[in-house]
Amino acid sequence: MKSNRIFVAFLLLAVVASTAFAVGDKEAGATGAAKPLRIAVVMPSATTDLAFSQSMWSALLKIQAEMGGPSKLELKYSENMFNVPDAASALRDYASQGFDIVIGHGSQYGSSIREIAPDFPTTVFAWGTDVNTFGLPNVYAYTAAAEQGGYVNGVLAALLTKTGKIGVTGPVEVGDAKTYIIGFVNGVTATDARITISKTWTGSFSDVALMTAAAKTHIASGAGALTGSSQSVVGSIGAAKEAGNVLWFGTQADQAPLASGLVVASQVYDWTGMIKDIIANQKSGKLGGDAYVLTLANGGLKIAYNPSYTIPAAVKAKAEAAIQAIKSGAIKAMP
Amino acid sequence: MTNIFSFEVLSGVLRTMIALSTPFLFAALGETFSQLSGVVNLGVDGIMLLAGFFAFYAVLLTGNVWLGLLLAMFIGLLMGLIMSLVSVTLKAQQGISGIGLQIFGLGMSSLLFKVLVGTVKTVSGFAPIKIPLLGDIPFFGPILFRNNFLVYAAFLLVPVSWWILEKTTLGLKIKAVGQNPAAADSVGINVNRIRYFSVCLGAILAGVAGAALSISVANLFQDNLTAGQGFIAVALVYFGGWSPIGVLGGALLFSFATSAQLWLQVLGIQVPASLAVMLPYILTIIVLTISVNRGKQPAALNKQFFRGEN
Repeated sequence: MKSNRIFVAFLLLAVVASTAFAVGDKEAGATGAAKPLRIAVVMPSATTDLAFSQSMWSALLKIQAEMGGPSKLELKYSENMFNVPDAASALRDYASQGFDIVIGHGSQYGSSIREIAPDFPTTVFAWGTDVNTFGLPNVYAYTAAAEQGGYVNGVLAALLTKTGKIGVTGPVEVGDAKTYIIGFVNGVTATDARITISKTWTGSFSDVALMTAAAKTHIASGAGALTGSSQSVVGSIGAAKEAGNVLWFGTQADQAPLASGLVVASQVYDWTGMIKDIIANQKSGKLGGDAYVLTLANGGLKIAYNPSYTIPAAVKAKAEAAIQAIKSGAIKAMP
Repeated sequence: MTNIFSFEVLSGVLRTMIALSTPFLFAALGETFSQLSGVVNLGVDGIMLLAGFFAFYAVLLTGNVWLGLLLAMFIGLLMGLIMSLVSVTLKAQQGISGIGLQIFGLGMSSLLFKVLVGTVKTVSGFAPIKIPLLGDIPFFGPILFRNNFLVYAAFLLVPVSWWILEKTTLGLKIKAVGQNPAAADSVGINVNRIRYFSVCLGAILAGVAGAALSISVANLFQDNLTAGQGFIAVALVYFGGWSPIGVLGGALLFSFATSAQLWLQVLGIQVPASLAVMLPYILTIIVLTISVNRGKQPAALNKQFFRGEN
């Protein structure tokens, strides 16, 4: 009996620890007298991934600060929700708890949102990256025109690589990871068609070790600059840092903190405008139906130059010209 | 396009293979000891994660990779003691306790990472050591003799493990306990002590495997850094027929296939990326299917030992 009790206690300990990983709930909570607006977000990776999930969590924190803190806007998140059934449970739980806006921040959550949203007609749901609202009146969809920043990064990479070779480390050939890389390749070839571009796909959004190996393979084959998408690219950035002379071009979030001397620029997803719009609509009674696309023109996409890396003025001018041309429609990053 | 059969490409494929195989070797060789004594430890992945985190954290704070390695071994030992206590002393079902350990390591490493570090950071891990003279040998020098300490240690561990298992009394006792614990007990071998030793040794090596990932291969830590490598290591033990040489073959084959698919993509060979990613797994399944290892499996594997009842 004693043995069984210890065994059960051990299992319980394991389950408690697993909860810390799988859910990682954190409440940026509210204690004020007036009822705050409540937003919950479910994300596939950590809020500190320097990529996709962090871009959303940073935007929510920024809006919370602008609105006056947790007493005005209550935030809650579930991170590391790679497992879609777990994520679906979390989305349903948040809706059941009365959250005003529930965000499924991952393209894999679409079918869950489609199933859950009709059961909570007064709750606003938002999900991305995609543009499909499923014809539901309480669902927003959102995506990023990642190819635009990809194009600008491509222009910079073509002008700055010293080896004539550039490596691209992608996760899975879908969504904004795919469009970013298409834009990047177009930017490189439009700037200097002689440059060789190699692409690898690891088949995983989270396998950091494999992404590291992919980046090292590019470097071994002579790549002087690297780029890539997904939370696992921290492995690629680590490989660039280890090599010491390979430039990195980031996307989704500002990745300069990982390798300050080597990260030239990052395309940053800024979801604040979109979320503010959803909040304003919610207050006026509009619960969904729209699809948002972050672009350079609407300010949802920004190019964050790394202040620790000095870009030659002529190179930066060409990047800025590309930004203006994309904004005006003169350049189609993904024709 | 670069010639796929050039020395340059072949050298690159083999160098990547050596680097990728290092964590697998530590984890799978350790699991070999554990399984030969009769204990399946499915918690290898969790041990790798928790030890990998502590190795990373120690290096982040102090910059000392040796301290990181020692801490990883200590964490491995602690996890091994937990596994031994639950599965050997308390006679719990080994598969369930191993999974419990894996989930614990996954959750605890994630929690500690969030609380103590907060965001992804890189560290300077083990630096490459060029072996004098040997490192200058054309072609083989850069592949075999310009690696870091953990890579050399992993490959050295293969003959050492073989020698312990095949040429020492300790190895004989480990295998005897895994084949027939009652018979081993009847000739005075302390079954539980041998199993504690084997499980803890395996867990320490799993800890080193975690350190190999966080302060040698990737030089950073992130949630679920192993991405299931611990489970592949357990599979490699079956693949290798519970022999260190077989484990070496399996680790090299899997890593070679992974490395080759990356190089195929880099060289622009027209293979669909999704097919290339599947290559290591397809190859492993094929070899696993055609290699018959059932006869070599320890007879008492995954069975609790009740003294006087077996």
